[in-house]
Amino acid sequence: MTPFDTLTSRVAPLLRDDVDTDQIIPARYLKVVDRSGLAEGLFAGWKADPSFPLHEPATEDARVLLTGANFGCGSSREHAPWALIAAGFRCVIARSFADIFRGNALRNGLLTVALDEADHARLVADVSADPWRVVTVALEPQRVRWGAAEAAFSLDPFSKTCLLEGLDPLGYLLAHDAAIDAYERREAP
Amino acid sequence: MKTLFDKVWDAHAVHEEPHHPSVLYVDLHLVHEVTSPQAFSGLEARGLPVRRPERTLATMDHSTPTRPGGLAVVDDAGRAQLETLARRCAEHGIELFDLSSPHNGIVHVVAPEQGRTHPGMTVVCGDSHTSTHGAFGALAFGIGTSEVEQVLATQCLLAWRPLPYEVRFEGTAPEGVSAKDLILALIAEIGVGGGTGHVFEYRGDAVRALSMEGRMTLCNMSIEAGARAGMVAPDDTTFAYLAGRPGAPADFDGAVARWRALRTDDGAYFARTVSLDASRVSPRITWGTTPAMSVGVDEPVPQPTDAAARSALDYMRLEAGKPLLGQPIDVAFIGSCTNSRLEDLREAARVLRGRRVAARTLVVPGSRAVKREAEAEGLDRIFEAAGAEWREPGCSMCLAMNGDRLEPGQLSVSTSNRNFEGRQGPGGRTLLASPLTAAASAVAGAVADARRTLSEAA
Repeated sequence: MTPFDTLTSRVAPLLRDDVDTDQIIPARYLKVVDRSGLAEGLFAGWKADPSFPLHEPATEDARVLLTGANFGCGSSREHAPWALIAAGFRCVIARSFADIFRGNALRNGLLTVALDEADHARLVADVSADPWRVVTVALEPQRVRWGAAEAAFSLDPFSKTCLLEGLDPLGYLLAHDAAIDAYERREAP
Repeated sequence: MKTLFDKVWDAHAVHEEPHHPSVLYVDLHLVHEVTSPQAFSGLEARGLPVRRPERTLATMDHSTPTRPGGLAVVDDAGRAQLETLARRCAEHGIELFDLSSPHNGIVHVVAPEQGRTHPGMTVVCGDSHTSTHGAFGALAFGIGTSEVEQVLATQCLLAWRPLPYEVRFEGTAPEGVSAKDLILALIAEIGVGGGTGHVFEYRGDAVRALSMEGRMTLCNMSIEAGARAGMVAPDDTTFAYLAGRPGAPADFDGAVARWRALRTDDGAYFARTVSLDASRVSPRITWGTTPAMSVGVDEPVPQPTDAAARSALDYMRLEAGKPLLGQPIDVAFIGSCTNSRLEDLREAARVLRGRRVAARTLVVPGSRAVKREAEAEGLDRIFEAAGAEWREPGCSMCLAMNGDRLEPGQLSVSTSNRNFEGRQGPGGRTLLASPLTAAASAVAGAVADARRTLSEAA
């Protein structure tokens, strides 16, 4: 995966809760054996509406998506973060994330930032007031900064190291081959 | 003192160190055509073999046709997925229930019915409804495609330990109230994110009273409350279901003796607990665009209390305060990994016997085995005499990948698991309900209460 250090970008606001993976990418775009055509499928159901917020000019080159609670609920399709990445996103800021989506995103270098209620409300208010506002997401200090404001976020140290160094976690698993061998001899012959 | 979840997790922890996810061993890895092709490509790019092909089982279900005629009616993209899965399984020596197999069907129907899912196992699949297998006291959850690759390569997964969450259904569910109604009531109570970070253990008299089919329905929709997994401690109902199935252990009595220890110890720690009185649950139906937005079938559409509910009512074109009963429907769909097993079809047949449907009705069995059993007891003739379409097995209109879909604006009563916008086809509108409610609504051509339908002469 591409390492993640610091990202400065405009913000695409999708201000609703419970955005499910069928909205992020509908099932009809999953009929691929590679990763083709996924950017086209991103929010395909909603994009048909000219008032969809991601049509706003200020979001055109946004690499940060700002959304509500429980983003990515529903199916396990990893096509959801693949589609967001294919469309240029590197970070999703939300109140909270569904478990499978968060894991899928982090394993692909898409940083998930869950802000507490007050910080989230402040960022939403500031981005709503000024759609051209730029935010900086800094992974090492685990901070989001915009204007004079700043918010901290938590992230497990394993995912953080993988993101900072661009490591695929499969390497960590493969390094435990001897332990897996021993387990299989004992428990799973 | 440990919960059932703790016991299964601890027995599969290969390696654990602080600040790292656990290396968790996977006993059974289920694979289907939609979420696996990129994982096999990744494996090939790294030059890695499949570590334990005999612990891997593949089926074709999502992109498969349900009209007789097989591959000829699948589009090119769907055909490419099916052919890719067949090629990869042949390359790696993985058992595959392809479209010509008598065992083919929906992944979460076929593994249990072949006796492959056992109490105490870890089971994963690139599919969020893998939670279904928790009905056997297995720890079973959905994973992403890069995790499918991890499991193919190492038979292990990197996973953070979730917290155990006790879900109690006390009392006795009334006649006409099924596992589907219980789980919709739970999700309405705790919300679509209520179980995030947790694994449910379903307990209480109403859970013990459920058949394995009912327990699978319950565990299946755990993910719709945000919990990756749901579990039911194995008991005599579980053992009786497994006895004699092809995949049951050779030393079955020895296995049962071990499985009896798979129960939560008295006083074990649950991070959270919720308790519902099953005797007060009525048949449920959704009115919105998340599985949490449901009411009793005889209740009015609720007044919206937030922007999400208003947006859902807009999309659904339903009016707050008006009854759902009598709302005309276009399609009834009876199927999916939630409700396509023999017991579900029998429930639908109870309503459809001697009656005629007034809306397009698809009955899609979960597997070829379910289809054979249903036909052996004449359910197919009941469905066809009622004017319903009796199809080949597959995921079908649950997620509309195979051509079975709603047209824009159409309204369905569906026994599937998700009423998300456009899930059953772009612009389609979905009301989730039990097989009884779906069948009664098919007969009325409008949302109906099966308790009333069944009380009237056919």
